[in-house]
Amino acid sequence: MIGAVLRRGTIFLASVLAASIVIFLCMAVLPGDPAQVALGVNATPELVQRTRQEFGLDRPLLTQYLDWMGGLAGGDFGRSYVTGQPIGPQLADRLGVTLWLVGAGMLVALLLALPLGILAAVRHRRPSGTVVTGLAQLGVAVPAFLAGIILVQVFAVRLGWLPSGGWTPPVRDPVEWLRGLVLPAISLGLVQGAVLTRYVRSAVLDVLGEDYLRTARAKGLRPGQALVRHGLRNAAVPVVTVLGLQLATLLVGAVVVERVFVLPGLGSMLLDAVSARDLLAVQGIVLVLVVGVLLVNFAVDLLYTVLDPRLRRS
Amino acid sequence: MRVRFRVAIAALLLLVPACSAGSTATVGGGESTLAVGFSAEPKNFDFTTTDGSAIPQALLYNVYEGLVKLDGSGRIVPLLAKSWTISPDRLRYDFRLHEGVSFSNGAPFTAEDVKFSIERVRTEWTVSLKSAMDVVDHVEVVGPAHARVVLNRPSNSWLFSMAGRVGAMFSRTGVSDLASKPVGTGPYLVADRRRGEEIVLRENPDYWGEDPAYDAVHLKYYADPTALNNALLSNGIDVISAIAAPDSVPQFEADERFQVSQGTTNGEVVLAFNNARPPLDDLRVRRALTMAIDREALLATAMAGRGTLIGSMVPPTDPWYEDLSGYYPHDPDRARALLAAAGATDLSLRLRIPNLPYAMSSAQVITSQLAEVGVQVTIEPLDFPAVWLQSVFTDHDYDLSIIQHVEARDITTFGDPDYYWGYDNPRVRELLTEADSGTPEQRIATMREVARTITADAAACWLFLFPNVVAAKKKVTGLVRNQVSESFDLTGLT
Repeated sequence: MIGAVLRRGTIFLASVLAASIVIFLCMAVLPGDPAQVALGVNATPELVQRTRQEFGLDRPLLTQYLDWMGGLAGGDFGRSYVTGQPIGPQLADRLGVTLWLVGAGMLVALLLALPLGILAAVRHRRPSGTVVTGLAQLGVAVPAFLAGIILVQVFAVRLGWLPSGGWTPPVRDPVEWLRGLVLPAISLGLVQGAVLTRYVRSAVLDVLGEDYLRTARAKGLRPGQALVRHGLRNAAVPVVTVLGLQLATLLVGAVVVERVFVLPGLGSMLLDAVSARDLLAVQGIVLVLVVGVLLVNFAVDLLYTVLDPRLRRS
Repeated sequence: MRVRFRVAIAALLLLVPACSAGSTATVGGGESTLAVGFSAEPKNFDFTTTDGSAIPQALLYNVYEGLVKLDGSGRIVPLLAKSWTISPDRLRYDFRLHEGVSFSNGAPFTAEDVKFSIERVRTEWTVSLKSAMDVVDHVEVVGPAHARVVLNRPSNSWLFSMAGRVGAMFSRTGVSDLASKPVGTGPYLVADRRRGEEIVLRENPDYWGEDPAYDAVHLKYYADPTALNNALLSNGIDVISAIAAPDSVPQFEADERFQVSQGTTNGEVVLAFNNARPPLDDLRVRRALTMAIDREALLATAMAGRGTLIGSMVPPTDPWYEDLSGYYPHDPDRARALLAAAGATDLSLRLRIPNLPYAMSSAQVITSQLAEVGVQVTIEPLDFPAVWLQSVFTDHDYDLSIIQHVEARDITTFGDPDYYWGYDNPRVRELLTEADSGTPEQRIATMREVARTITADAAACWLFLFPNVVAAKKKVTGLVRNQVSESFDLTGLT
């Protein structure tokens, strides 16, 4: 077990390092001069040159990269070219919002997918199962931003029940915070829920055909009991895999949903930073997102070994 | 894990009563709170080193004040200066200051601060606007409430600049952290800032002038125009400072909760010609393109008819405005003849535009109109600001471009041969210098001549003046119709 953790930990660190190099190089080839963008249309060439020096943009790429990594090792993300403020604390703030959004989206997805997926599997020969499968198929095709726009039109603009956007920190006003989180979480969770429903359905269907379930039935358990006691744990392995992958798409979906709902998360920070050529900020945000995805994969790998004892030996 | 799950579900259930409460009030809920929605967020609070219009829009006249300000029709009116006199040679400006004025850090405002603020522009500011202070020779402190500014040559534009951000008055003890802690004499203080969301302005309890109408104003920022519109429709804000997409205006006009006003701005939307490079260095070609474009039709299609046709780089709120929009009437036949005369019958041009809504929709109309006179146009959208700034603005790598020029009185850019227009006319440069140093009456006549000259030269094609469309709840009164100054002025609200 410890060996497995160490091995996967090493792979994790190597991936982070590789990602940091790729991210840095992508920034280097991005068109547009950060100094020029920061200074605006009427800056003199001399001033642009001086600002490039101030930002350290005139140094060799390797020096810039090592400088960046050196800072990161000490937890320092550097100072924004645009605002002049340190990037780290702002990143932490924004990450908080995004985590709430992704967490709430995942919750909505699970609340939808687990009961519906199991229902669709158990009743796969009956009309109700077909309807659920069909709805899931439809849900997969709806992009999160479209769901968001429709939800805003209905629940915020027409009915006025919930805010159309904006973020209230939970410590300031928990009710307002929840009200603001509902629509974004649903628009993010609907699509993921639909995707997940199909995986839950097929995983449960697979399990339903297994010998051990038949054995359980033969012992006198009713179908539902047999599924809950022996089937679900086995069905969980493929679902957890998909869940891990889904978390990554959820992060991507969050970028768009944050824009629609004006949430000050990592996604909107990323969009702003890209258009303002705030390269250090972009690098920092993308790296945090990559580390997030890698961490999830790492956690999923570990979770396998917990769920399926057979994997511990390999 | 299971416990947390239950907590989450319980929390979700909590929402139900909140949802059924129906339509909710805006921020704070108090009577004297106003929420205004904007589309561009200030990067920080320091307009002395950070360019862009978002910072002065939020802070000027509201948090920072100058000696003078611009009113809604573009006139220079007193602010921190009660009055001023100008010497006959127009080199000395004597400002009599209001007494009993203090900065938000408690320091009194005196003539010393005027000297400090004006001199600081030259030493500490890094934005290009600082050149407006080049004409200042020195500043004298005659008395605590009497400052004298001495220019090294007469300048008509200097006092106008003083009404903008370069004229903002700073405290000698309040400039250590301008990026996050602005210290001014204005009616509002910056109380809170949540990046990506809002800036909260609160009434300055020690304000020297009249109390503002609202105790607190939330300036909320929406990068997405639809989100901005939805915020007003769903009661999230009270005012949309400026509507960028005119198609969305009718939904506010049709709704009795709202009022919509339309005025002018300083934002000339220009089809820029690269005057320095063939084929657009040929006057006949530029004239042909100008006549091939039906600007009325373009305004109708791209802007739902909102906006003003202008024939030159002058908005109607400038003193030397005259209507030149009919100078080159739409005439495809003349255009074709001119192109033939110039030997440019088989033109193919690159229209490199910023990826902004007005530019994208205008570009399509222009492309089809120019195709009618046999000019082939390829649209290349460039990421704004970064790529557009680099390729078009800095490298001058374009034939045609479309951009809104928002700076006040930016007709002077036609006097700079290095500007991206590539327009080099010594006569225009002479006229511009003459206009700045002549008497105010001469100035108006001379500036008119500048405007007519660049129009005759077809130095660019002025498509339209961007409209200032403001949508607000009916209860909000006193909003400025024309957006002429750099400030979103909250002081006129009642």
